[in-house]
Amino acid sequence: MKIQLKIWRQENAQAKGKMVDYNLPDVNPEMSFLEMLDVLNEKLIRSGDDPIEFDHDCREGICGQCGLFINGRVHGPMSATTTCQLHMRHFEDGDTIYVEPFRASAFPVVKDLRIDRSAFDRIIQAGGFISTRTGDAPEANAIPIGHQTAEDAFDAAACIGCGACVATCKNASAALFTGAKVSHLAMLPQGEPESPERAEKMVAQMEAEGFGHCTNTGACEVECPQEISIEHIARMNFEYNKAAVLEK
Amino acid sequence: MKLDAKIPEGPLQEKWNRYKATCRLVSPNNKKKLDIIVVGTGLAGSSAAASFAEMGYKVKSFCFQDSPRRAHSVAAQGGVNASKNYQNDGDSAFRMFYDTLKGGDFRAREANVYRLAECSANLIDQAVAQGVPFAREYGGYLANRSFGGVQVRRTFYARGQTGQQLLLGAYSALNRQVAEGNIKLFSRHEMLELVLIDGKARGIIARNLDTGEIERHAAHAVVLATGGYGKIYYLSTLAMGCNGSAIWRAHKKGAGFASASWTQIHPTCLPQSGDYQSKLTLMSESLRNDGRIWVPKKENDPREPGDIPENERDYYLERRYPAFGNLAPRDIASRAAKERIDAGFGVGPQRNAVYLDFAHAIQEYGEDTIRERYGNLFRMYEKITGHNAYQRPMMISPAAHFSMGGLWVDYELMTSIPGLYAIGECNFSDHGANRLGANSLLQACVDGYFILPYTIGNYLADELRVGRISTDHPAFAEAETQVREQLQRFLDIKGNRTATDYHKELGLLLYDKCGVQRTKEGLESAIEKIRVLRADFWENLRVPGTSEHVNTELEKAGRVADYLELAELMCYDALTRDESCGAHFREEFQTAEGEAERRDEEYQFVSVWEYEAADQEPVLHREELEFETIQPSVRSYK
Repeated sequence: MKIQLKIWRQENAQAKGKMVDYNLPDVNPEMSFLEMLDVLNEKLIRSGDDPIEFDHDCREGICGQCGLFINGRVHGPMSATTTCQLHMRHFEDGDTIYVEPFRASAFPVVKDLRIDRSAFDRIIQAGGFISTRTGDAPEANAIPIGHQTAEDAFDAAACIGCGACVATCKNASAALFTGAKVSHLAMLPQGEPESPERAEKMVAQMEAEGFGHCTNTGACEVECPQEISIEHIARMNFEYNKAAVLEK
Repeated sequence: MKLDAKIPEGPLQEKWNRYKATCRLVSPNNKKKLDIIVVGTGLAGSSAAASFAEMGYKVKSFCFQDSPRRAHSVAAQGGVNASKNYQNDGDSAFRMFYDTLKGGDFRAREANVYRLAECSANLIDQAVAQGVPFAREYGGYLANRSFGGVQVRRTFYARGQTGQQLLLGAYSALNRQVAEGNIKLFSRHEMLELVLIDGKARGIIARNLDTGEIERHAAHAVVLATGGYGKIYYLSTLAMGCNGSAIWRAHKKGAGFASASWTQIHPTCLPQSGDYQSKLTLMSESLRNDGRIWVPKKENDPREPGDIPENERDYYLERRYPAFGNLAPRDIASRAAKERIDAGFGVGPQRNAVYLDFAHAIQEYGEDTIRERYGNLFRMYEKITGHNAYQRPMMISPAAHFSMGGLWVDYELMTSIPGLYAIGECNFSDHGANRLGANSLLQACVDGYFILPYTIGNYLADELRVGRISTDHPAFAEAETQVREQLQRFLDIKGNRTATDYHKELGLLLYDKCGVQRTKEGLESAIEKIRVLRADFWENLRVPGTSEHVNTELEKAGRVADYLELAELMCYDALTRDESCGAHFREEFQTAEGEAERRDEEYQFVSVWEYEAADQEPVLHREELEFETIQPSVRSYK
């Protein structure tokens, strides 16, 4: 396949970036999108150019480190797919593909397509945990948890922290990311006791990081590679409101 | 190098309790005066860092990823073992100990393996308390599945994302301590050197991968939890950034390296489709619970799998190993697959795969049940290959996966350098010559949550008097200079081959000569070739850019430089072991039926290597393995 790439190049967070053209005359349709970038980078290095920096690690859709804005969509054209799981067979010979980083003011560009998502870690630090000590814990079967509850909690816990929800949201809101964690822990009996406090603290941190408000467009749910539902945003709001009521 | 395993006295079942009851403690108000560096934030690193911080130590935690949550433990799919005996099928700590020891072909320490089994049940309690959503029965109790190499159901799972869920549990515990101010987190940092003062591990030199800054970090003890080095084969199931650099650099500073060549080649991975390929994705071993593995009986059979009638299929695992069938341990399943592929019965466009067929299971349980059990794996398979495995058997192939080898550690998980610990996959300990499925998550967690938090106190109790360690010590300056010089050297070569180029060539060579099968001649020629390749690397490498900013190529160069040395050690390790055991299969040592021939009289020991100097043969030390409780037997799964 012949592919024309227009890729965002940016030296660092302060520098001005621009789109740069690259041509790949011989792309194998079985390649993954990132393998195509590998091939391009090898070519750039050999010709004395600066290779393109991009985030990636596990390349099996679970670490959440990859994330590109491809032809105007986060993680590219396929639904429920991370960038690393996108294959070139989904493009046509002769296509022009626009590649940009995930954009949000809370995710500054480090270089080219590589961004800083440490804001997500700080949201978790604000309360995305159950306050239990390591080393000893009660017998695991002591608290039965219904099959469906465990499955629902898993659906929320499956978030990979890639930031697609933020990048696709017109408000750059992190409500789906935060909501998924609040909801995962609120659904389980172990996490329920500190749920209101958790929701308050995580929401406050989300705002402090500069993420926007949720206006319920639902774009995040459409683009989430783990198909996490916006129901979890509703549950976060419920927990948040509960906290407000409890305080009064 | 003196090797003292420090195994406690007493009967097997009492050793760990005795140790815990008698080891030295650091009092609560003294712990805050002690600093610990933890490198790596996978299950072992996160769980250790969180546990230390909760106990009151001051912790610095490092990872090269952009967040601790991305460490490669996240990718483990199938499950974690624990001898809870919830299924009432006769499980116990002793049975789990025996299965693990046998699975490792009797090349692990009894005392360590028993402790692993003993602590397993507590881990499930711990994870549930953290909110890990394990699969549940309809009555609300925890569910189990079975895994290779055992005849009980002791594997706990969270769909096909068990590693992710356990890691997020550990990550949340880590973050809770970050918020408390007990852990300082250094993401996008890579350890480039270990610093020793008076023979003790006292800190590291790390590079900030976003700014290029070289930093000094001091502590009273250094814990390496840096994972496996299977990426040395280039094509592997590991993440792109996984590497052996931290443990290799520690090895060059004096830490013994054990069983370097014992790498698990996982039987159920997606086959290579072209030379651009960057990794081979693992499909969970749990699939072998319901999938049946076969190849056509006819060589180079061009027919579609659906067109090959039942009597023309060779279910070779069921044929060769009737007792365990498709759940034969990984080393055996990989070797059997390679044997069929090499003999010309492979399938797929490159003839490099075997079928994993769910047609029978779908017929028996219905497609919905199979979807509930493995839905995400089938979906992942379709994304990567474009094929629907509900309709057509999966094509799978063996790929490099887990490093049983790693830094030698004693019972306390301390390396041969005082104050330097290695936990999780980067140490050699519990898996012997082959790891059983779902034991790696277990080992990482047990090391980090339950063992090291106790044993490190036994060392630190003596370190209180030294006060805080200063990075102004000349040892830090010297290590920093070394690091800066090496980075500059990479940049100055300005040759014409990329680091990836060398990595791919090394990987192919190593997979061929020191992979599923090894021979004396092959290993000897590999050592020669690796030396030539290494010399060429230092002549012709090209690294663009500078060391002052983000530079992925510079990171890769350092890792490949280390791989080019580690690969040679792996070959020596395999060459000097004239027997076959577990993943180490020397063609010269096999039975008439093609099974591994272990030679206990001469090789019932762990090979521990001491670094001499560049281009010099390493020195072999032995830790004899003494079996007090069980008798090593021929490992048969027939």
